[in-house]
Amino acid sequence: MSGNSTYEPKTGIERWLDSRLPIVRFMNDTLVTFPTPKNLNYWFTFGGILALMLGLQIVTGIVLAMHYVPSADLAFASVERIMRDVNYGWLIRYMHANGASMFFLAVYLHMFRGLYYGSYKAPREVLWILGCAIYLVMIITAFMGYVLPWGQMSFHGAVVITNLIGAIPVIGPAITTWLWGGFAVDNATLNRFFSLHYLMPFVIAGLVVLHVWALHVTGNNNPKGVDVKSKEDTVPFHPYYTVKDGFAISIFLLLYMSFVFFNPNALGDAVNYVPANPLVTPAHIVPEWYLLPFYAILRAVPDKLMGVILMFGAIAVIFVLPWLDTSKVRSMRYRPTARLYFFIFVFVALVLGYCGGQLPDDQVIPGVSGLMLIDSDINSFVWLSRFATLYYFSYFMIILPVLGLTETPRPVPESITDPVLSHPATAPAGAMASPEKRG
Amino acid sequence: MGETPDLHASGDDPSRRDFIHIAVVTTMAGAAVGIGWPLVNQMNPAGDTLALASIEFDLSKVASGQQVVLKWRGKPLFVRSRTPVEITKAIKDDGAEMRDPQTDEERHKPGKAEWLVLIGACTHLGCVPTFGGGDYGGWFCPCHGSHYDTSGRIRKGPAPKNLEVPTYAFLSDTKVKIG
Repeated sequence: MSGNSTYEPKTGIERWLDSRLPIVRFMNDTLVTFPTPKNLNYWFTFGGILALMLGLQIVTGIVLAMHYVPSADLAFASVERIMRDVNYGWLIRYMHANGASMFFLAVYLHMFRGLYYGSYKAPREVLWILGCAIYLVMIITAFMGYVLPWGQMSFHGAVVITNLIGAIPVIGPAITTWLWGGFAVDNATLNRFFSLHYLMPFVIAGLVVLHVWALHVTGNNNPKGVDVKSKEDTVPFHPYYTVKDGFAISIFLLLYMSFVFFNPNALGDAVNYVPANPLVTPAHIVPEWYLLPFYAILRAVPDKLMGVILMFGAIAVIFVLPWLDTSKVRSMRYRPTARLYFFIFVFVALVLGYCGGQLPDDQVIPGVSGLMLIDSDINSFVWLSRFATLYYFSYFMIILPVLGLTETPRPVPESITDPVLSHPATAPAGAMASPEKRG
Repeated sequence: MGETPDLHASGDDPSRRDFIHIAVVTTMAGAAVGIGWPLVNQMNPAGDTLALASIEFDLSKVASGQQVVLKWRGKPLFVRSRTPVEITKAIKDDGAEMRDPQTDEERHKPGKAEWLVLIGACTHLGCVPTFGGGDYGGWFCPCHGSHYDTSGRIRKGPAPKNLEVPTYAFLSDTKVKIG
């Protein structure tokens, strides 16, 4: 979409089309000749995986919509009919349900990749924000999709999440009623969620087009985090990365299909196979695994409004990250201190996810009664969530801003090619021992 | 020499041009609001939802110390027959420190201390609290651990308000009309 096109139409038809709608040129520049840093590792294959997952979710979703009935009385039965009677309905539904989990797994790895290699830094801020927007719309889409089977967890999950909006002062209750289309989560809510769940993937697809467009303006980041300096630093996208992405996709599909065929309900909650009953709340309401960290943040705060603010803030802070990290060095390969804090951050995100799946007042270490601190035992998941939430926000709002000013990064290579090709004579002896002396 | 200025041809009549711009923009903005509001407002409760009739309930179906859960406007509704012990406990706590202070007297109809009629949705995030649970013997919300006392008042946990009392009236000693 930008830069000089090297496409040369070979046939008369291609020349005719190229001067009217240069779509072949566009595809060629985007997927074939696009100059890509030659040092991308497997962490950079998740973009391709995510594109595939979006496509699969749309295809399986459209097929499911042919059999699903968005009505409070019929929804649950229609999903069971898909599972039992519709030809290959079980396969398509299991692909869609587990596909959502795999989609989120890939997007989290993609995001952690971006955090580690500094892919959000100038000039890729807009690319990053578009990615955050895609993630946000993904969350909304997944939530609405989870409501559709109209099981117990669907229903009461919808009740809890829509009630979050009610925490907004003054206008909150009116917005909640507007979202519900009634005085509780009911048929009207299910109908609109179905409509929006069908719409959102195409919004995501639109955002993905912008995301890829922005990517092709700035070019890929790379594990070294240094700019592409010359043609020597890049290889054409095809065949180098079509093959690499293809291999990664094959491995990813193995994981995905092992869930679909061998353990299709492992990632879901058994309670959702009980039809929705507005009068009985399940003993333990939990969202799907990919939203557990945010659920833990919500429950860590004793105040309703503050809990909601922090939960949304946890996503909002990712949007402004490009302006919070003050370091000029992109890749954490050359930021040993930041790297340490990054790995703690990954661990804390996992801890938050674990806390989100537990009962708040349960003991973290069983059988040990700790100190009562304010309102709960210090040896409880509430307090573990609080400490983890504190680190989550500190990482973005204190550690990254301050560290960029105080740390001494290791020397950054001049270019992507440099460490490999410079000083060939000294490379075997000195290069490995003290890479910082090079360049 | 005797020329009359041609206002129409000169094009330097800003007020006429401005008028047209303002008129066009205003009309388009009006049209946008005119079509925008129906598109937004269609999501609010429809006529038939609003028209949901009030319900009547026969209290003699509830044994002392028990509660019955009804469905009203799609929400659970608790009708609880309180034992003298539970009422005493609730009154005794009237002076306790509370997030949403209310006396037990304000939570039921005058002279009908036995009967609590409450909307069975936790004021935190709308889960249905379980009967008789929690530290205060009223209700306990399983979702995020809110404890309500035997008057339906929030005593512990994240919920900001007491369980809501709907509009209702006693038609006779054993019959209530809710809504």
